[in-house]
Amino acid sequence: MSFPVIKGTSYSLFHAPEMTVHQGTNQTSERHKNPDSEHLKDIPKSLRSFDEVVKYPPNQVYIGNVKPEMLKCHKRPWYENPLAVANTDGPYGSIYAEDELIAFIKVVDVFDLVVLEDSFQKATKVKLENRKELQIIDKQLAKLDTKGVLFDELDKLVLEDGAEPMYHAGRLVGCVKKAHEFDAVLTSHVMFENLASKATAAINLLSMFAKTNLRPEEVDYIIEASEEACGDMNQRGGGNIAKAIGEVCGCVNATGSDTRSFCAGPVHALVQAAALVQSGVYKNVVVLAGGSTAKLGMNSKSHIEKGIPVLEDVLGTFAIHIGENDGVNPVIRTDAVGRHTIGAGSAPQAVITAIVTDPLDRVDISLKDVDKFSPELQNPEITVPAGAGDVPLSNYKMIAALGVKRGDFIKEDIDKIVNEKGMPGFAPTQGHIPSGVPYIGFARQEILNQNIKRAMIIGKGSLFLGRLTNLFDGVSFIMETNEGVQETTNVSKEEVRSIVAEALKNLAQNL
Amino acid sequence: MDLENQARIKSLADQYGEDLVVVLGAGEAEAASLAAETVTEGDPTYAGPLAGVQLGLPVYHAFELKDSVDPGVYDDQAGMMEMVLDVDALIDAVKKFRA
Repeated sequence: MSFPVIKGTSYSLFHAPEMTVHQGTNQTSERHKNPDSEHLKDIPKSLRSFDEVVKYPPNQVYIGNVKPEMLKCHKRPWYENPLAVANTDGPYGSIYAEDELIAFIKVVDVFDLVVLEDSFQKATKVKLENRKELQIIDKQLAKLDTKGVLFDELDKLVLEDGAEPMYHAGRLVGCVKKAHEFDAVLTSHVMFENLASKATAAINLLSMFAKTNLRPEEVDYIIEASEEACGDMNQRGGGNIAKAIGEVCGCVNATGSDTRSFCAGPVHALVQAAALVQSGVYKNVVVLAGGSTAKLGMNSKSHIEKGIPVLEDVLGTFAIHIGENDGVNPVIRTDAVGRHTIGAGSAPQAVITAIVTDPLDRVDISLKDVDKFSPELQNPEITVPAGAGDVPLSNYKMIAALGVKRGDFIKEDIDKIVNEKGMPGFAPTQGHIPSGVPYIGFARQEILNQNIKRAMIIGKGSLFLGRLTNLFDGVSFIMETNEGVQETTNVSKEEVRSIVAEALKNLAQNL
Repeated sequence: MDLENQARIKSLADQYGEDLVVVLGAGEAEAASLAAETVTEGDPTYAGPLAGVQLGLPVYHAFELKDSVDPGVYDDQAGMMEMVLDVDALIDAVKKFRA
């Protein structure tokens, strides 16, 4: 069987402190219920600078400058122990500032909904022009050459017309207008969320083109796996964000669609991409997602109460290129896809069995033979103070404990197994972002460097949040060393009949 | 505790009164403690329907029911998690909210 391969990855972060204050759902809910709340007064005082965000160790891991294992021995708390050597650019992607993001939201807007203040627009245009990865879309950047508006006009649009405000360094610099008079899914706030997701995913895809051999025109299919819904009141989640992103990035030969399953969406999308490539339907498929502004500062109340800075201040993105087997890049074992079936039950044991050990048993691979597991990689500095525990650590313990119950490991070795096969979480809590995918870039490189042979990527999702089912969701796949392209022989029915007839004839003669 | 769950527990408490027992499955002592406090003394965050509502319901963590359920069922549902979680800390976090 010629499995598809992972040819390239891209991971970028976008610092969004003002969006955390003004658009994070935790804050918008608070503003709705209690506009004078202490939290809303406190949050601006606990925000991090761009420099602090760049030097934050988990963020340097996310863009590939440092391996996740480094975090095991880096002094905690990480927010008080920045890296001495840090860069906004890494092998997998970059960290962008909020003004660049705001300007790019205007670049990706094709319905003239985004309005920027004139001097801000001119200044940020220069910043974007200096970004190497954006130079292939220079014609679209020219949208920033049009005349912007005055501060007074912005105030009027926000205060009188209900436009969604965009701030930079404490000042209103732009806004997103509503896209319909009364449609609840085309409000200025929803349009802002969707445009931010589109803009961040597009920049990250352009970064992939700049850092890998893939060209925009070579992409056949894009699967978008964010947590946004794009549509109108007649089809709330109509889609297709994938094509909207591909259009910005010059993927003129691609089509695409969106895949959703809460946090498990990206791994579902990767399994679909692998199937599309292996079946020969498409040669090059990109699975990607932009960031979620709603989740900014989701646990900021707990963080501020405990004297911790607001760590959920970045939007996360990823892009994974799945292609035909080249005999080099790590393969996706499509014969060992894990899935949490509807009838599997929702006890943790049932879930881990369905998505971890069942697929391994199917292809006779032991838990011991998986070098690294990549489950939900939420940064524990964000989740532990909020009472949600160390999510990756819990997952590793569950995998090891299930191994003990099955006889793969002994109970005394649980901590050793967790240490060997796990890693500290380093991804921002953006739902779909931490769910398995952040390690794929490292896993690909470690397999190519022959440091590891096999990794399991695990996505999990809380479907009950949508109030349509109490079911849980989980899906997984194995990526492993490419043993070289195996030739497959097509044998026709006639040839099979002939071979069987020959064998029966020989048998009869012997009898 | 999730606001929706607070509303459901409040509604069930109105319906069944003293016959209602709350069983928690939280994996973190802090979360278990908050949930236990919410269904006994009221929502400490004053955000949900149980803010200022003292239901005083008997509350247990699932690990405390080990001897009350079929051993096979317990092993299937909670055996693995018993190895993973801090069982004593979870039970202590909930126990203190029982009269």
